[in-house]
Amino acid sequence: MVSVVYEAPASVQDAVALLSGAEITATVLAGGTDLIIQMQGLVNESRLLVDLKKIPAMMEATLDAEGLQLGPCMSCAELTSREDIKSVYPGLIEAAYLIGSTQIQGRASVGGNLCNSSPAADTVPALIVNNAQCVIVGPSGERSIQVEDFATGVGQNCLEKGELLSLIRIPLPAANTSDAYLRFIPRTEMDIAVAGAAVSITLDDDGICTAARVSIGAVAPTVLVVAKAAEVLLGTKVDVQALQAVAEAASKASSPITDRRGTDEYRRHVVGVLAKRAAAIAAERVRGIQS
Amino acid sequence: MSEAREYKYIGRRTIRPDGFDKVTGRANYGADLSLPGMIWGKILRSPYAHAVIKSIDSSKAEAHPDVMAVVTYQDYPAVSSGGFEPGDGPTDLCDLARNILADDKALYHGHAIAAIAARTEAAAEEALSLIDIDYEVLPPVMDVADAMQPGSPVLHEDLFTKGLAEQPEKASNIATRMELKKGDIEAGFAAAEVIIERDFYTPTVHQGYIEPHATTVRYDEDGQSMIWCSTQGHFDVRASTAKLLSMDLGKLKVIASEIGGGFGGKTTVYLEPVALMLSKKSGRPVKMVMTRDEVFRASGPGSATRSTVKIGAKKDGTITAMQAKLCFEAGAFKGSPMGPGCMTVFTPYDVENIYIEGYDVVVNKPKVAAYRAPGAPQAEFAAEMVINELADELNIDPIELRLQNAAKEGTQTVYGPKLKAVGLVECLEAAKNSPHYKQALAENQGRGLAAGFWFNIGGQSSVIINMNPDGTGTIVEGNPDIGGSRASMQLMAAEELGIDVSKLNPIVADTEHVPYSATTGGSRTTFATGMAVIEAAQDVVRQMKERAAAVWNVTVEQVDWSDGVAINTAGEDRLTAAEICQGADRTGGQISGRGNINARGAGPSFAVHLCDVEVDMETGKTAVVRYTAIQDAGKAIHPGYVEGQYQGGAVQGIGWALNEEYIYNEDGVMENAGFLDYRIPLASDLPMIDTIIVEVPNAFHPFGVRGVGETGIVPPLAAVATAVSDAIGVRMTNLPCSPPRVLKAIQDTA
Amino acid sequence: MTKTHVTTTINGEVTEFLCEPGATLLAVLRNELQLTGTKEGCGTGDCGACSVTLNGRLVCSCLVLGVEAEGAEIGTVEGIGGIDKLHIIQEKFLEHAALQCGICTPGLIVSTKALLAENPEPTEKEARYYLAGNLCRCTGYDKIIRAVMDSAEAMRGDA
Ligand SMILES: Cc1cc2nc3c(=O)[nH]c(=O)nc-3n(C[C@H](O)[C@H](O)[C@H](O)COP(=O)(O)OP(=O)(O)OC[C@H]3O[C@@H](n4cnc5c(N)ncnc54)[C@H](O)[C@@H]3O)c2cc1C
Ligand code: FES
Ligand code: FES
Repeated sequence: MVSVVYEAPASVQDAVALLSGAEITATVLAGGTDLIIQMQGLVNESRLLVDLKKIPAMMEATLDAEGLQLGPCMSCAELTSREDIKSVYPGLIEAAYLIGSTQIQGRASVGGNLCNSSPAADTVPALIVNNAQCVIVGPSGERSIQVEDFATGVGQNCLEKGELLSLIRIPLPAANTSDAYLRFIPRTEMDIAVAGAAVSITLDDDGICTAARVSIGAVAPTVLVVAKAAEVLLGTKVDVQALQAVAEAASKASSPITDRRGTDEYRRHVVGVLAKRAAAIAAERVRGIQS
Repeated sequence: MSEAREYKYIGRRTIRPDGFDKVTGRANYGADLSLPGMIWGKILRSPYAHAVIKSIDSSKAEAHPDVMAVVTYQDYPAVSSGGFEPGDGPTDLCDLARNILADDKALYHGHAIAAIAARTEAAAEEALSLIDIDYEVLPPVMDVADAMQPGSPVLHEDLFTKGLAEQPEKASNIATRMELKKGDIEAGFAAAEVIIERDFYTPTVHQGYIEPHATTVRYDEDGQSMIWCSTQGHFDVRASTAKLLSMDLGKLKVIASEIGGGFGGKTTVYLEPVALMLSKKSGRPVKMVMTRDEVFRASGPGSATRSTVKIGAKKDGTITAMQAKLCFEAGAFKGSPMGPGCMTVFTPYDVENIYIEGYDVVVNKPKVAAYRAPGAPQAEFAAEMVINELADELNIDPIELRLQNAAKEGTQTVYGPKLKAVGLVECLEAAKNSPHYKQALAENQGRGLAAGFWFNIGGQSSVIINMNPDGTGTIVEGNPDIGGSRASMQLMAAEELGIDVSKLNPIVADTEHVPYSATTGGSRTTFATGMAVIEAAQDVVRQMKERAAAVWNVTVEQVDWSDGVAINTAGEDRLTAAEICQGADRTGGQISGRGNINARGAGPSFAVHLCDVEVDMETGKTAVVRYTAIQDAGKAIHPGYVEGQYQGGAVQGIGWALNEEYIYNEDGVMENAGFLDYRIPLASDLPMIDTIIVEVPNAFHPFGVRGVGETGIVPPLAAVATAVSDAIGVRMTNLPCSPPRVLKAIQDTA
Repeated sequence: MTKTHVTTTINGEVTEFLCEPGATLLAVLRNELQLTGTKEGCGTGDCGACSVTLNGRLVCSCLVLGVEAEGAEIGTVEGIGGIDKLHIIQEKFLEHAALQCGICTPGLIVSTKALLAENPEPTEKEARYYLAGNLCRCTGYDKIIRAVMDSAEAMRGDA
């Protein structure tokens, strides 16, 4: 067990001050669904836990003409109950809905999912295809970075000592655009993704794809953006051939490992299947908006 | 015999007597007891799958201010190898001792090496890191096939194969070879027109009870030591612990807490003898609770197996020969359920020529424990898969093929007795007539059917019915209630006494308050303890009649008992049970009946399961879309809990067939020791599980009861795997049928 | 280790306790407050036996720190139904024989109550997915789902 010092500051400034001034290892606590389990494995250590959930801005989400300003600690349960957000970013909401069980979603946050920096994090591919941005606050002020550049390795990210993720900013999707996220797990729930794929697609009035983004998870040390898989959609009607090309591009871009959740071979195959199916769903959603 | 009897209580779906406590959170389970002055025990476990323990230095841990006791193997009196019957089959005492705390060798990753008791749980855990152990790491042996190879590293230098024609000179990992035969196997195959032979694999699996092992104990030097624990058999906990600590049985009281699942996994001891020794050394009550990780790594899972089954038949479907070689992993110590595997593998079939060969083999995995119909699911999986292939090959409907060869009354089993009346044919007919079997399949769907057999056991049970002065009764039994058995005891007592269920309160007593009762296992409780209840109830009735006779001044023969009322056949007099009990002070004191029995004649239970699946052909993922479990209950005392056993068994089997397996790395370390990656079925994975209760009475039980708890896990492995095979057009022979394995099978044939 | 003083409301009663800041809410409920109705099956969020509500939301108490309960409203199985009257959900679980060993039952009762508060008319599929984090190894879920669906109907009828 770890010996814990617990603080729940009321402002981001106080949180940053606590984090940067700490003499023992300081860690941000959001929903705790990753962190509390990780701490169980530690023996004879001390930790300062800085709980951000008492900071109102961390727990709110605003959807306006700019897009979505998502407080990184808002629970997935609260986020997925927001119909307004779901209608704009259905893929992101379905990713948040996939995290753990109802109980886990009662605590787990998108910010925690991102900052835990697992390549299998379900919301990350969906954030990436929506061009989401991280706003980071630290002792030397505020900076922003695209979500795809945030994680640097398995469990590693670009946060420096004293820094925290203060906001996730997601621009409004362009007109006639929608997204989808799919993951593969052996059961129907309660598993960590063996592979995941998010796709965002824009179609013109003739149903031709004019823009696309494809991102895949759990098949490399970090979540990947697959430009090639997006390219092959451009100019197509997202038909069977285009979808097959998406699958191939996604599989090709992956560099998975073999572990208890799947073999490299299997992951490489399945990520293609997911990318293709997600693309088809996203396209179908756009057609739904158009009709 | 029982068919004609009209029942007033039996067959009713009553509310279980312990239900209120369980839905309100008041029921106390293994980890729910705390005692004044209690401290916490934790176990240091081997980080290696196979290693010599060269030395253990616990001096630093002992010096820790919060540590109150440290225990290793050395603290126990020496035990010698040899059989010992705590109750549920023989156990080698020496192996039991070495499993609880390793002697000079760590035999699996997670093997207990030393234990610490400290003031807090956290302090005990922290202090574990202060024990220094010098290991010499050895290569682990992780698969039964490797372990049987002549050059394999050997786990026990003193293990010499039993059951060979000649005693071997060299130690090996094969503990026992066993052979069962009937007829002339060569002639049987010679007479066959079609012969199918296949190899099968089933992985190590866990019972997956949701409640981890837990105990709170208090050692008392002079008087009565006490163990509170979650177990299927508290008398056996008493026997094992008393033996290991060299105590008299009468000095040790074991209280069975409510039990949060067991499925066979809580029929032995892990924590109790360790906790009691920690308590003895510290002078304090000690509590120990396993983490989920420890439950997976260091309790007793179900055996992995490799087997070969060969079956020959005539073109008309007559099976002429059945042969099997069954190799069971025992884990670190001998004693897999290879024996019951051999005995059950072909029992659903009435076939003249049978030859079965079984091997019990040690590997560097935790020592296996019983798991619901131990040995039968693995063995019968292999047999049923070949039967289904044979049906396809012969172009005969799988139900017809089974009907044609089905075991029935008079069938000579390969292991000894001839079968009495059994319900296999009735189950097959029910399957044939079920709406499920007639439903058409959709695209990418497949159907599988399989039969299953389990003996069920009897054995010793003790029951006391104490009548209270107001005419209510307490049914005191000694079998932990793992799935609603108190409701059945209540119903059977009510039926026999003619007293309403609401006036009868069944309780599970500790080892001091009721005589020895064998473990809740082998599907024996409703059968055997039920018989003891009936006998105790009859004893009560007899006494009631005597009292009434005394009041009326007539002979006992002149008194009838009906619906809880004594009737004077020589006059108009009536006395209710309540009146007799109220007046008991004047007729000779209070009334209490007893039934201390050794039940014989357990009736075997057959089942037939039907399963439809749908396979995602691009990912290999299988969804069970429809499931029907059909089984012979003999007589369903409480149909709700009988159906529950069928459904629970079916779903455990579905998990075994589709996703459950221990995944080991090359160092012999389990990589999925948690419910996130050891994937048991979830509510969202399943359809409703339809049930059909077949009732072919067991002639040896007053109400016709057969055990029902175990058979239900036998058919699903083959039913599901056959359904998957049917959907994808490739025969699955290795379990689990996990998505990667199914996808590979699809791709390999494409 | 210094302990922190926490004031919280459990099943409607203001409750104070001292806990180590690293201790989980589950450990506090069970070991400090003797509220042992909440069970521990895994300690890692995988089984749902420890389900409680925290400010109305269903959570795993093994993944919440005791100190996080400060100022919060906690609901445990002990707060559902009472000596004189069981909650409809509890009655339905008994009626349908939806428990065998019963270790999963407190968690499932708490979760079902949360489900029906959010969605009084769930489909079978919605119920199954909502309860996917509550493992039951004994029943195969059939009777649990029947009890849940029947509770939903009875509670709608009651309203
Ligand atoms: C049973 C179970 C099932 C799960 N299933 C899934 C699943 O299906 N898919 C999935 O993706 N994940 C899953 N998870 C993992 C986990 O729930 C998610 O990653 C979740 O989103 C983490 O969020 P949290 O708020 O709980 O994070 P926490 O545990 O609080 O934090 C996670 C990490 O991020 C850091 N952090 C959090 N917020 C910030 C911030 N604002 N600034 C800086 N650092 C921060 C923390 O310091 C910590 O290192 C599961 C976990 C469990 C226990
Ligand atoms: S104990 Fe909390 S989810 Fe299992
Ligand atoms: S009833 Fe035993 S786990 Fe659900």
